[in-house]
Formats: sequence, structure tokens, C-alpha cells
Amino acid sequence: MHSQAAAVHPEVHNPALLHHFAEPQQQRDAASLGMWIFLATEVMFFGGLFCAYLIYRIKYFGDFAAASQTLNAALGAANTVVLICSSLTVVLAVWAAQHARRTMLLVSLVLTIILGFAFLGIKADEYKEKFELHHVPGASFQFQKSIPGHPDQMANPQHAQIYFALYFIMTGLHALHMIVGIGIFTWLLYSAWRGRFTPEYNTPMEIGGLYWHFVDIIWIYLFPLLYLIDLHK
Amino acid sequence: MAIENPQPERVNYLNKEYGIGSWLLTTDHKRIALLYLISITFFFFIGGFFALLIRLELLTPAGDLVQADTYNKLFTMHGQVMVFFFLIPSIPAVLGNFLVPMMVGAKDLAFPRINLLSWYIYVIGGILMLHCMATGGVDTGWTFYTPFSTAFSNTKVIEAGLAIFVAGFSSILTGLNFIVTIHRMRAPGMTWSRLPLFIWAHYATSIIQILGTPVIAITLVLVVAERSLHLGIFDPKLGGDPLLFQHLFWFYSHPAVYIMILPSMGVVTEIIACFSRKRIFGYSFVALSSIAIAVFGFLVWAHHMFVAGISVYAALVFSLLSYAVAVPSAVKVFNWTATLYKGSIHYDAPMLYAFGFLGLFTIGGLTGLFLAALGVNMHVHDTYFVIAHFHYIMVGGAVMGYLGGMHFWWPKISGRLYPEGWARLAALIVFIGFNLTFFPQFILGYVGMPRRYYQYPAEFQVLNVLSTAGATILGVGYLLPMIYFLWSMRYGKPAPDNPWNAAGLEWKTASPPPTFNFDQEPVVTWEAYNYEELDAPHREEVPVAG
Repeated sequence: MHSQAAAVHPEVHNPALLHHFAEPQQQRDAASLGMWIFLATEVMFFGGLFCAYLIYRIKYFGDFAAASQTLNAALGAANTVVLICSSLTVVLAVWAAQHARRTMLLVSLVLTIILGFAFLGIKADEYKEKFELHHVPGASFQFQKSIPGHPDQMANPQHAQIYFALYFIMTGLHALHMIVGIGIFTWLLYSAWRGRFTPEYNTPMEIGGLYWHFVDIIWIYLFPLLYLIDLHK
Repeated sequence: MAIENPQPERVNYLNKEYGIGSWLLTTDHKRIALLYLISITFFFFIGGFFALLIRLELLTPAGDLVQADTYNKLFTMHGQVMVFFFLIPSIPAVLGNFLVPMMVGAKDLAFPRINLLSWYIYVIGGILMLHCMATGGVDTGWTFYTPFSTAFSNTKVIEAGLAIFVAGFSSILTGLNFIVTIHRMRAPGMTWSRLPLFIWAHYATSIIQILGTPVIAITLVLVVAERSLHLGIFDPKLGGDPLLFQHLFWFYSHPAVYIMILPSMGVVTEIIACFSRKRIFGYSFVALSSIAIAVFGFLVWAHHMFVAGISVYAALVFSLLSYAVAVPSAVKVFNWTATLYKGSIHYDAPMLYAFGFLGLFTIGGLTGLFLAALGVNMHVHDTYFVIAHFHYIMVGGAVMGYLGGMHFWWPKISGRLYPEGWARLAALIVFIGFNLTFFPQFILGYVGMPRRYYQYPAEFQVLNVLSTAGATILGVGYLLPMIYFLWSMRYGKPAPDNPWNAAGLEWKTASPPPTFNFDQEPVVTWEAYNYEELDAPHREEVPVAG
């Protein structure tokens, strides 16, 4: 109803402009700044975990390397490629929304969601393998592996458990953010399909895109830190 | 004073709509402020009830009123409720919510629905906290120190952690909303250097809220995960490091003190300028000292850990930085004092609270310097000296400012005047009760009474009795404003738009304000605190300077 009226008489009243803003530009700037600040809080949220990771990685380097090398680096690399591709489709979607390219917008959004699910699928497969190997921290945790480069020296299972605890919490929180991101993009797809986005009004696309890129960047850091410890040995 | 306004006829934010739905689904920042006011007052009295029980137990040297385990729960939940459910939201979520949009000349905060969401998140956190108390409570101290909290305590640690985790997001969203509002919603002509210092203080507070709170959130996630799965992240028996927990915890919880005190400083700045009828001395220094406190405040956390076994070099650096954070605080105190100098000082109730703040904050701040000194810290670490110090800041500072602000803006919030005589009496009672409660604790700590003990040697009794007596006086002092504020809502005289003849955009609209704050968008052409101009036609009111 509203969007149709706006399409017929766009200059009469902009239904997307909320009452407390003077003009669309102000509303857009506020939303964008709000998302940047939210991302700053996210950096600090993950920052605590990166700090813990850093300390234990330095303290228990050999054990961390041994634990890290039980991960499937090929799958991790594949997931990195998946996410970088999804960032591309997000950029295309934002551009399409700004330039009123409806088909391109819808296709890019669908591709983004598919890539998001692909990432989660691969991640789920990795988790399944960890469950089967008893590498999940807790009562049934088992770990027997020598430290890379020192075949006669076994890694300390307790220290390896700290690695896996951080691995599951960090990648788990990241996956949770991916799920939220897929939810946001599903809503964006619905809105785009309803024709809500125009070259004048596409703020949700822009800030949704910011969120998605942020979640990608977190992974770009997680992948080398978790999968590639001392891999050359 | 001014001509009586025909108040009841005007449509304002209070009488525009009626019914519970119009409150629970409101996006009006002023109504949300009142929702917060009711909720935090509820938790203030719960936290106060725990404090009362603590003081009653400490009336006698023997542990006779409650069991040791119960006592541990009492001081833990007193701290958690007061810190996370009263002090942190107090001024920002009530006065800040009400005033930030009005002071910058906006119709509302940038994200009104997120503002309402933040209140609901707070309520969910509060219900989880009440559930935690009802099912047995928690005994770790408000600090959740590991490995006690993760491996040994058999109380409701997970429930409490979850409650505080949830409440933290309400604080983050409030801070986010303020920063965006201050950046993007200012009225034409409201430049950064014309902003009231209350706004600068809230800006600095918001920075801490958005950057600090996520860290405690993730720390509590780790505590809960460790406790449920025995991961070993903080447990030395499993290879973990309990000091890591303390670092992460204090990285938020020290700056959290500035979340409590900075808004209070903002309130006091407004009050002192208004009741001295003077431009604030050194506007830009007061403004930037707020930012400096926020920045330096992030760099001092390990002074809580001087005896925990951190490296001596780290301790030196953190001691030095803790001294550094005192500089911007002192800048503020000197600027307030200089503002008073040759001012036309009026001793109305808000000003009495502001004076109380000045004295108590100065004592609290200076004893903070004693504690920042490594040698003295060893001697009084974890004694009542520390308890007295931080209560001078958090209660003597933050709560005095909160009450001063509530009195100052009550006519604007409610459209009614509170009874001035009672208010001055209450301010006096609070000041006397506070000092009687907490000054003896400085001495107790200095002579060696440790915190968190429910019995003590008989020679400490006199000071403990004084402290308990003071607490009952303080309790009366806190009940009085609640009673006469409620009374004034029905029987108070209608307030004119600007009862104090104060500067600031919030006084240029009706009392209570209309839903969108201003009938027409304000355009600012003047500096903040232009009291000389405001008072120009009133020169005949000769001040009664002391």
C-alpha cells in the first residue's frame, strides 16, 4: 500500500522518512553511523576472545599447533573463498540498489544467502568431524597427538582443550553472526522484491552490507589464526 | 516569578495518550526515561535492602543475624544489583534519555525503537536477576573472580552472569543512541562548542559504554562456558590463567566507574552554572576533560590487581596511569570551584546536592590516589578503606549527582514543583547520613578490617555501629525524595516552563514538554550558560553571596 503510493507520488511524502528526522540525508547518516558504532562494539566483543587466544597461543604454542593441525585447512580455505565471494555479491547488491537494477539486486541477494548457507554447511561438516574425534571440550574430550616438529613429545591434552574451547567459541559466535546475517539478508530480499529500495532510499541495503562485510572480516582473521598455526612443520 | 501558566490545558507527553499500551509501546524518549526511572528505583530499593541487612549484621562483632553463606550472597547481590541495575543505567537512562534530545534541540533520539528495545532488554535482564535471587542467589562477590566462580561456588553463578550479560546490551544500545544523536540530530546553530557540558559528559560515557560493555559480555560468556563445561580457560588446574579473567573483567569494570561518575559530573556542571548565575569557567577544559577521563579510564584497570601477582613493571605503569586519570578529574573540580567564585550563589536543593557532590567526590578521588600508590595499596588492599573510597565515588558522587539532577529537572519532567523545604532537608540528611556511614569505614580499613567478612574483632565495633547508624539515616534521606516526588505529582504547584531561569534548550519548551519536545525547531545563536545575558533584566535580584 504505502510503497505503491510512494511509487505513484514520490514527491508527496517519503514514507521511509521517520518523523523525527528533518531530511532523508540526516536519517541515512544516522543509520550509517549507528551501524559503524555497533560494529565497534562487535570488535570489542570479539576482541576479548582474540586477547585470550593470543595469550594462550604464546603460552602453549606447541600444543596449539598440534591441535590446530587436526583442523581441515582445505575446508577452512574453501570457506574463506565462499565468504570473499559473498562480500562481492553484497557489494553488487548495494550497487544495484543504488542504481535501480532490480534483477541484479535480487540475484545478488539470493547468491549472498546461498553463499551464507554454503559457509554454514561446510562449517557444520567440520564440527561433525570434531565431534567424532572427541575434540569437543567437555567430559568426553580426548586428544593424543605429538607436537609438530617434535615427534617424541606429546601435546598436553588440557592445553589442547583450551585451544578447542577457543576454536568452538570463536567460530561458534562467528557462525551465530552468519545466521543473523542470513536473516537480515532474507529480510532485505523480501523488501527488495517488494520494491522498497530506490536510488534515493537504500539505507537498509547499505548498513546490512556493512554488517555482512564485518562478519567476513572476522573470518579473515579467524582462518589463519585457528587453521594455520605452524603449518609448515 | 513568572506568570502562572495555564498548565493542565496544554497537550504534553504525559497527557497526550493514556493507558498501559501507550506506555509499554511508546517510542517517546521522555516516556522511556520514566519507564527506566520506575525500574531502576525498584532495583535501587532491592539493592538498598541488601545493604541494610549487611549493616545490621555488622552491628555486632559476632556473626549472629545471618549465616556466613547468606552474608556472602548479600554483599554479592548488593553489588551486582547496585552496579549493573541501578548505577550504570541511573543518570544516562533516566536523565540522559529525557534530556539529551532536548538539549541538542532534537525531536527524539536517533533510534527511538532501539531506545524502547534497550528498556525491554534491561527488564529481561532484571527479571533474570530476580530469578537468580529467588532461586538462591550468588556468592562470588560482584566481581565473579575465577576459579571460585567457575569451579567452586555452588550458587547461581550462571544465572547471575546471564542476567548481567543481557543487561549489558541495554547499556550498549543507550550509548550507541546517544552518540548518533549527538553527532547527527543537533538543531541548526547547535555547534559542538555550544553544547551543554551535560552532553559532553554523556558523549564520553557513551564511548565507554560501547567499547567496554562488550568485553564484560564476552568475559561472562567465557565464565558461563567454563563453569558448565570445565574448559580450563580460567582454571589454573586445567592450565588456564585466573589473571586473564581479572584483566578482562576490570577492562570493563574499571571504566564502568566512569560510566557512573561522568554523567553525574555533567549534571553537577549544569547545576553549578545555573545556581551561580555564571558562565562555566573554562568550558572547553571541562568538555575535553570528560573525553580525557573516558580515554585514560581505559588504561588503568590493573590497579585492581596490584596484589594478584602481576609483574612489578606492569604495576608501576598502571599506578602512574591511575595518577594521570586524576588530572582531568581535578581539572573539573577546579573549574567548578572557579565558576562559584564571585557567582550569585543560590542554595536551592539541587545546588545543595551539587555541593555535596563536590566535597564527597573530592574525598573519593583523593583517596583513590592513595590506592593508586603501590605501597599504600599493599597495606589497605581489600579492606574497608577501598569500600569507603568507592562508595564516596559511586554513592557520594554518582548518587548525589543523580538526586541533584532529579530535583533540578523534576519540574520539567513532571510539570510540578517539589516542596523546596523538604528537599533541602533531604539533601542535608543524605549528606550527614552518607558521611556517618562511610567515613568510619576509611578508619576501619586503615586499621585493618578486611572487606567481605561477616564477623570481626570487638575493637572494631564502635566504628561499625557508627556506620550502621549512618546507613539508617541515609535510608531516610533516600526515602524522603521518593515520597515528596510522588506527592508533588498530585499536589505540587504547577511548574512554569523555566522555574530556575536556567539556560539550555530544555527550558525553552513547555513543562512538561510536548511529545516532539519543541513546537517549532529551535535555532541556536547563543553560547551555553549565557547567564549574564539571561539575568540582564533581573539585575535588581541582588545575590546573597556567602
